[in-house]
Amino acid sequence: MSGAEKIAVRVTEKAALNDLVTRFRFEPVAGGLLPTFSGGAHTVVEMRDGEITRLNPYSLMSDPFDQTAYTISVRRDDAGRGGSLFMHNQVNVGDEMVISNPVNLFSLDLRARKHLMIAGGIGITPFLAQIKQLDRAHGNWELHYACRSEALGSYVDYLTATHPNDVNVYYDDQDQAIDLENLLDGQPLGTHIYVCGPKGMIDWVRGKAAELGWPREAVHYEEFLAPKPGKPFEVKLAVSNKVIQVGEQESLLEAIERAGVDAPYLCRGGACGMCETRVIDYAGNFIHRDHWLEDEEHSSGEKIMPCVSRFEGKTLVLDR
Amino acid sequence: MSKFEFPPSIRSRPVYGTLEARPGKHHLMIADAEGAEAIMDVATPDMMSKTHIIFISGGTDYADKLRALKPAQFYEGPTYAAAVTRIRRVLQDAHMGLQVYLTGTEGLMGQAQFEAMQAGIPHTAIQTEHRGSVARRMQCVHCKGITEDVETDPFVCAHCGLNLFVRDHYSRRLAAYQGVCIDAEDPGNVPEPKGIYE
Amino acid sequence: MTIQFNDETFREDYSFHNSERAIKRFPFPFDNDSYMYAVNMEQHRGGPPDSVYEKRFDVDEHYVSEMRDRAMVLADDPLRCQSLPHMTLAGWDLLELIMVSKSEDYPDLFELHRDGDQWHWINKPLGIDDRFTFMDETTLPYGPMEYITRQAQGDFCVLDQRDDNLWMDAGTVTTQADWSLDFDIGMNFFEWHAPVPLAHEKGIFVRALKFLLNIQQGAPARRLNWTLTVNPLLDTSPENYHKWGVQKTTLTPENIGSKQHLRVELQTFFRLPRSNALVFPIRCYLCSFQDLMTAPKWGRRLHRVIRDLPDELATYKGFIDNRPMMLDYLSKFDDGLPTSNGIWPELDTEPPLQK
Repeated sequence: MSGAEKIAVRVTEKAALNDLVTRFRFEPVAGGLLPTFSGGAHTVVEMRDGEITRLNPYSLMSDPFDQTAYTISVRRDDAGRGGSLFMHNQVNVGDEMVISNPVNLFSLDLRARKHLMIAGGIGITPFLAQIKQLDRAHGNWELHYACRSEALGSYVDYLTATHPNDVNVYYDDQDQAIDLENLLDGQPLGTHIYVCGPKGMIDWVRGKAAELGWPREAVHYEEFLAPKPGKPFEVKLAVSNKVIQVGEQESLLEAIERAGVDAPYLCRGGACGMCETRVIDYAGNFIHRDHWLEDEEHSSGEKIMPCVSRFEGKTLVLDR
Repeated sequence: MSKFEFPPSIRSRPVYGTLEARPGKHHLMIADAEGAEAIMDVATPDMMSKTHIIFISGGTDYADKLRALKPAQFYEGPTYAAAVTRIRRVLQDAHMGLQVYLTGTEGLMGQAQFEAMQAGIPHTAIQTEHRGSVARRMQCVHCKGITEDVETDPFVCAHCGLNLFVRDHYSRRLAAYQGVCIDAEDPGNVPEPKGIYE
Repeated sequence: MTIQFNDETFREDYSFHNSERAIKRFPFPFDNDSYMYAVNMEQHRGGPPDSVYEKRFDVDEHYVSEMRDRAMVLADDPLRCQSLPHMTLAGWDLLELIMVSKSEDYPDLFELHRDGDQWHWINKPLGIDDRFTFMDETTLPYGPMEYITRQAQGDFCVLDQRDDNLWMDAGTVTTQADWSLDFDIGMNFFEWHAPVPLAHEKGIFVRALKFLLNIQQGAPARRLNWTLTVNPLLDTSPENYHKWGVQKTTLTPENIGSKQHLRVELQTFFRLPRSNALVFPIRCYLCSFQDLMTAPKWGRRLHRVIRDLPDELATYKGFIDNRPMMLDYLSKFDDGLPTSNGIWPELDTEPPLQK
């Protein structure tokens, strides 16, 4: 069975926080309690948009100990493949949807003496749940949150009101930037860094931490890798004996599923390794966008992660 | 003493490397006996100006040579037990980005590594290089006592007196290898001790 | 479901015995006539009625006596139950998992009443009736992991998931096949399996780890492991090996049928929700050779498996010296007839012994 267990839910709240971000609240259709989870977990939301079914992961931002409902926040991406637009435009209070059991690929290191959180934009969402979890356990955390502007600063008011001493906010449009070198200098042993936001921010933090001698294991990151659109390409599925066309706006995994082939998956964001697929033959170039395979595996031409990666060229034959 | 070539073994057996300079504002080097030579091999004036060396002489006389490297701080102690409170104090106020280098016997490296781990440094970030004696710290799985400087297999537990055989199974937490009763199934039948690496 | 609980010992006078029902449901681990390591995981989602696979945490006739034995082991050696400080949250997850599962699967034996974080737990077979505050250790006589594992059969390893690996950071281990929690605590998946011969070269552990890292809430898995033990001794720990090791030399052709036991571990894997840890229960089932021989298919198969097992495995599993005597005994129950695939005894279809 692919993916995590599914839960039937109803949308009980839809609130636009600002021009870009809308919050959704889900409660179980069958009544009872939702599974609890660990801060940093996400749920995969199933969106049936006519003929297309999309599955998008969204971080759970609600309190892990509140089992009456889950809340997520979705940032509208007009240039994306349509998942966020579907959520913003087509999902309404009262709608029934299917979401997955929580899955955590960005968990806290509970041994840490201090959790240093760095968020960019919608990357704030997993931290909201982690902060609630840590507060229950009197954990030591500090948040540095970069937003484009005050108008787009989702949850800034809530965070600064409840934790005035531990939350630092930086507005791009006021030329405020995280002084990363100073921030990382002088942190006590046992500090762990957690960064969630755009790829550029993640690369910047990881690079600076490495430069300052931080161990790799003390730096945790989650990037919301939505599969990027790209040129259509053709793929032969050797085991199912099918030839499929991967459209511009769908991922290779989605095209495989659309053809009725059951391929394993979990996070759908290039991070967990579940969808790893063996390449039987190819003539062309891989466009690897995942965080799972090693560099040698990327250049070997022997594997691909269909949830986020693509291909261009004459031939691609997969072991599916 | 030249570097010993440890034979390949099971996955829990530590594998030591070669010290190399890493970026960082501060460096902490802890060594015993011939480990001093590994420090001398990797030291540069720039690195030494940010380095604290803790050296356990164990009867050797490398201290002057290490002082001549002009480290920012230098401590010479007779034994690990004498040095450990100083090690803990240094780690207590250290910051992320501290580079830790351990060199010398397995016992010294294992124990110092444990202190650094307890302070919050992941063990994979701690550099190690073996020099000198290949004697082992052995934990008796039966009485939990640790016998230091074991060079033969089998050996006698210094605490409970059982005859133990030497396993390569190693615990970072205890900084010791495991010793298990060798004559449980045939009491009294204890083979002649040989060197561990013979 | 009423279970008749045995009053038996797993040491000294070894009064342990299996009823006919226990023998029939024994988790014989070999699905064909030869054995080699495999990842062999499957979903832990029920099984045939009254099988050991049916419930999340199987409770059988040995429950009360096993828990008494565990209490004795822990009294003698508290180091058999340890939890590194960051694992307390996982301990609460485990307590909830076991209490919810047992009260749902065996409502006649266990009850759980929850009013917010005020919990009331009743364990009838052990005569326990406790009220406590969930997540507040001061309201329980032990830490949560120790509290609940003193009431659940089998060993429990609680694994922290970090750096794409699993770390044995807590556990209650009193029925193990010869490994030490006190020594192994803090090790990762490859390190604690380091002493297992042959398996690393076959890449077994790399594949197994990848599977385990991806186990999700609500989707547990299971597999079987096995070894052999002389006498129904649960506590075959390295800690006490200098005391029990010599029992291996007490086998004779006359007593081997009753003394030599097949020891099977039903290993399950559950994701724990609040801590994101993985719990690895290792449930131990014992059955004497003579009881196993009552199923003709098992008689034929066990002989062939033991006979053809590589020396390294027989040595690692601790029975290389007794193997010749075992084969003398087992060969009497192998008439050379073919056996069906699968682990079930197939008492209705497998022909009786032709000798």
